[in-house]
Amino acid sequence: MVRFILKVAGRQIALIMTLGLLWLCLSGEEHWANSTLAVFGLASVLLCVWLADRAGMLDREGVPTRIFPGILGYMFWLTIEIGKANLIVVAHALRPGLKLSPKMVEVPAHQTSDIGKTIFANSITLTPGTVSVDLHEGSILVHALTEELSDPAGMNLMGHKVCALDGPEGRDWAKQKQLERAQQRQVAP
Amino acid sequence: MNGELILDLISWALFLTGGLFVFAGSLGMLRFPDFYTRIHAAGVTDTFGSELILLAMALQSDDFTTVIKLFFIALFLLLTSPVSTHAIAHSAWVGGFNPLLGKKLEYPEEELPR
Repeated sequence: MVRFILKVAGRQIALIMTLGLLWLCLSGEEHWANSTLAVFGLASVLLCVWLADRAGMLDREGVPTRIFPGILGYMFWLTIEIGKANLIVVAHALRPGLKLSPKMVEVPAHQTSDIGKTIFANSITLTPGTVSVDLHEGSILVHALTEELSDPAGMNLMGHKVCALDGPEGRDWAKQKQLERAQQRQVAP
Repeated sequence: MNGELILDLISWALFLTGGLFVFAGSLGMLRFPDFYTRIHAAGVTDTFGSELILLAMALQSDDFTTVIKLFFIALFLLLTSPVSTHAIAHSAWVGGFNPLLGKKLEYPEEELPR
């Protein structure tokens, strides 16, 4: 029963809950106890969801439920990576003599969905020192500030992490890759 | 030492670090040699410069709704700034503008695959 409801109206329910939470956060405590305002808040949430549903926006692009909950841990990991890259770029900007070695690299993008590819390309751009310049079929062209920032291993790890949060098939793919890497590590020594 | 003083100290430290990141980003934007490398310097201001300052502002506010609003500003900055950066870089690339490459910072001699 629950599964049926989630299948029929899962995105609607997710959007209602998100917008309701947003209303609670933005309106502040003194509004929650006021029943008139609470009803107005609920009504506006329902109106928004109904209009969005009528406009046909509640698809996998409008309400991307497939990237949850993996995206939360990923954003935490990404923040740390951004911090590290920030320090490198700041050091390059402040050092007396410029020592840059810009490079263009192709990074493979195995994400199956559009949103997975978007998250991956945006993560690359968001990390200082690397900017995604062009998207090809199955790869992303990246401009890197220095040789060390263009290191493909780091960006491949990022790509695998994005695959792991991107729906069930992505999770399977990432799990299989992890097994392969573990096997390689066993064989190598 | 009371709690408010400690919060103030942390928040001022964050303000100063954020300001330093913004300054370094702007300096990099002036110093770096070509268009594509300057984008990277702007990325520093986009990410840690603005986010640290927003975090410091959240520590200064005494009201939960303000913290939430600052959090949403930070989130929207994180989501939108790479999109605009990619739009600029992509249009320069498609328009046929070559980047400086390698340690010697030279334009590539042969045509790059587009």
